[in-house]
Amino acid sequence: MAEATDKLLSRRDVQFCLHDWLNIGETTDAETVDAIIDLSARLAEEHFLSHYKASDTHEPSLDADGVHILPQIGEALGHYADAGLFAAGFAEELGGFDLPFLACAASFAHFAAANVATAAYPMLTAANARLIAAFGSPAQVEAFARPQIAGEWFGTMCLSEPQAGSSLAEIRTRAQPDGEDELGQRYRLQGNKMWISGGDQDVSGNIVHLVLAKVPGIDGKLPDGTAGLSLFIAPKILPDGARNDVSVAGLNHKMGYRGTANCLLNFGENNGAIGWLVGQPGEGLRQMFMMMNEARISVGLGAAALGYRSYLLSLQYAQERLQGRPMGVRDGEPVAIIHHPDVRRMLLSQKAYAEGSLALCLYCAKLVDAHGDPDSTALLDLLTPIAKTWPSEYGLAANDIAIQIHGGYGYTREFHVEQLWRDNRLNPIHEGTTGIQAMDLLGRKILRDGSALPLLKAKLEAAAKRAESIEELRGLAPSMLQAWSAIEACLQQLSDRPAERAFDNATPFLWAFGHVVLGWIWLEQAVTAARLDRSAETQAHFAEGKIRACRHFFDSELPKVAAWLCAVEAGSDTAATAPIETF
Amino acid sequence: MHIVVCIKQVPDSAQIRVHPVTNTIMRQGVPTIINPYDLFALEEALRLRDKFGGEVTVLTMGPPTAVESLRKALTFGADRAVLLTDRYFAGSDTLATSFALSMALKKIGAEFGDPAIIFTGKQTIDGDTAQVGPGIAKRLDRNQLTYVSKIVETDLVNRTITVERRAEGGVQVLQSRFPVLITMLEATNEMRRGSVENALKAARAEVVTWNAEAVGIEDLTQCGLRGSPTIVKKVFAPGGRTDEVQLVDNEGNPEARANALIDAIFARSPDVEKDLFDQAAHHF
Repeated sequence: MAEATDKLLSRRDVQFCLHDWLNIGETTDAETVDAIIDLSARLAEEHFLSHYKASDTHEPSLDADGVHILPQIGEALGHYADAGLFAAGFAEELGGFDLPFLACAASFAHFAAANVATAAYPMLTAANARLIAAFGSPAQVEAFARPQIAGEWFGTMCLSEPQAGSSLAEIRTRAQPDGEDELGQRYRLQGNKMWISGGDQDVSGNIVHLVLAKVPGIDGKLPDGTAGLSLFIAPKILPDGARNDVSVAGLNHKMGYRGTANCLLNFGENNGAIGWLVGQPGEGLRQMFMMMNEARISVGLGAAALGYRSYLLSLQYAQERLQGRPMGVRDGEPVAIIHHPDVRRMLLSQKAYAEGSLALCLYCAKLVDAHGDPDSTALLDLLTPIAKTWPSEYGLAANDIAIQIHGGYGYTREFHVEQLWRDNRLNPIHEGTTGIQAMDLLGRKILRDGSALPLLKAKLEAAAKRAESIEELRGLAPSMLQAWSAIEACLQQLSDRPAERAFDNATPFLWAFGHVVLGWIWLEQAVTAARLDRSAETQAHFAEGKIRACRHFFDSELPKVAAWLCAVEAGSDTAATAPIETF
Repeated sequence: MHIVVCIKQVPDSAQIRVHPVTNTIMRQGVPTIINPYDLFALEEALRLRDKFGGEVTVLTMGPPTAVESLRKALTFGADRAVLLTDRYFAGSDTLATSFALSMALKKIGAEFGDPAIIFTGKQTIDGDTAQVGPGIAKRLDRNQLTYVSKIVETDLVNRTITVERRAEGGVQVLQSRFPVLITMLEATNEMRRGSVENALKAARAEVVTWNAEAVGIEDLTQCGLRGSPTIVKKVFAPGGRTDEVQLVDNEGNPEARANALIDAIFARSPDVEKDLFDQAAHHF
């Protein structure tokens, strides 16, 4: 049997997170989860990893028939659908399998690690179908969500426009009422949508676009701000088989994620694209935001997976590449570079970044599953900006180190590490840039409503208490609690500051906060690892690896918190007040 | 067509170490897997089921934890799983194992329909005897096709199966009437991945569990240690190999490197050169 290997993610680590730490067996049969993880790892390796390079070098093309993508992408997604993975997380009454988000997230991480560009299609499709299932009418769910859950049609999210990226208030796509039919209130859409991933392709039976647009007032003007945004379903092919008035104006040629066709779409070049309203007018942004936590965790998860694979590639390379001799030794055969202290330092940093990112995202996925519990929901809201940004930035840091460990070879296109870096570079940008996330964390999640902070503090203190009771972890927890106290002191200062100055250094605050959260995630893992049965050699090595990575994070990363907070507390307005001419 | 596949849960041999001092196998903490040879048998059974219809039952004998391997087989699409477990079976050698399994197979036949084909792997990776399959066939008085590398044809009208069997010096093409027992060789196919649907079915499936009494074993002296005449006298780790490694000049183009390698092999083993030339002369 062709067993999946550890090329994409460490199977032991995934099992550790799911079973030993997060106790997925409490809610889902453990063997079922393992079977789905095995299935995912194998499918990802056989059908997603296999065209990783090809999807980079053979970018989507556009002609009169539309966008063409690499045929292997369609084949891979066919296998994904046959395995039932599109449907995995959906309710049984929708044709799904009702698996918890945690299991789906762990499964998806393998596909993102293998080929994030190909994995983007099912990720977007699931997000689209989930929105329709949550807010659409029964007829809309039947017509548009079900075929996506079956993996027959794919979906997109059409938010951005050329002039409206991070600021959705600037959206100008216009939705003119056009009667009503069995699918609900019908509108004619006119406008341009930019950066639409999967906006067109030739491998699925249809494409369901979810479009944010504004309904003009009686004066014919579009309402200002985001309150007037509504959500519409505009399929590429209409239920009667006719083509909708949606056309591809062009393809964006990207640095990475090249297998994902990224389009500029024109809606309504002729009579207006037909779109059916989802829910009520003006609810579009609220509907989008209700699904935002999962979408942002998925972005973080993808970023973690990309960093993770680059770590595994680095680890393998460092054990094979013979170069130099140990310090103080002049003669003899060269040794593998893993024996050099600086390479070990880099590898341990990668491990701390990649495994820490994956663990954080899986923890948040578990919080998604506990949506009935108000504390879990509050904690999830607080952690979501971290789950999105920390893996995006530090998964990328792991990719960067991978190139360094590979040396000159890593800078060539012969190895995957440069492509992994390019792919991951998108993640700090889309689904809310790092700067947007920093403002979300500091503004909406802390200064406006900081009610989740005590919940997080309690988690830190509980982990600290458990760690202090374990001999080999003793001494770690106090530095984490000290860093948390520094965060609290900094917040006190910020709350006394004028609102317009509070966000000058939101991003350094995000770094500091993120590092403390990751310190806690690492301590949680170390406590779990220390309690494993370590009588078998492989288990002992695994547990020691976790504890060492935790210690490395506390030694080398946690001290940075103080430096970042220094910048925040100093309240420097040097950048904020600098005249533009001085740049 | 009813097909039964006998599988065994074994320690993952890739992760087993032999204690350097005591020479005993260090099994603690070693994960278990389905015997890899049995997976080739299972896949072949599933393919026949998919082609001709019917059911695939997986059967294993082992401790209660062996149910994991049965559920794993169900995730690949097997229709039914039977666990044969009893403390009386502990310590069984191949003789006692084939006895207990044959009794379970009789009961499977009585309850779920007589299997046209019983599949096993050619051997297990922990025992490596290749005796259990033939042992079952003998006890059930069935034809047996061992070391099968390919199912060539299945004729349901005449109830025959034609296979290729790997034998020393060549391949035999054999035909047998049903019912038959087949032991499958490695690398004969590739195990399917299964699906989310099968994984969930497997989790919800009820595994039929029988003990010695349930399968009608009255004479317990044929089971477990008491029914096992085999005695393992010693287990030891082989010593390290001391073959020297020779570096062949790796400069030049691939052809020059290949020639240098061939010259080095011929210089080291003149008989190889002579044999190759003789064979080449024979062909011309």
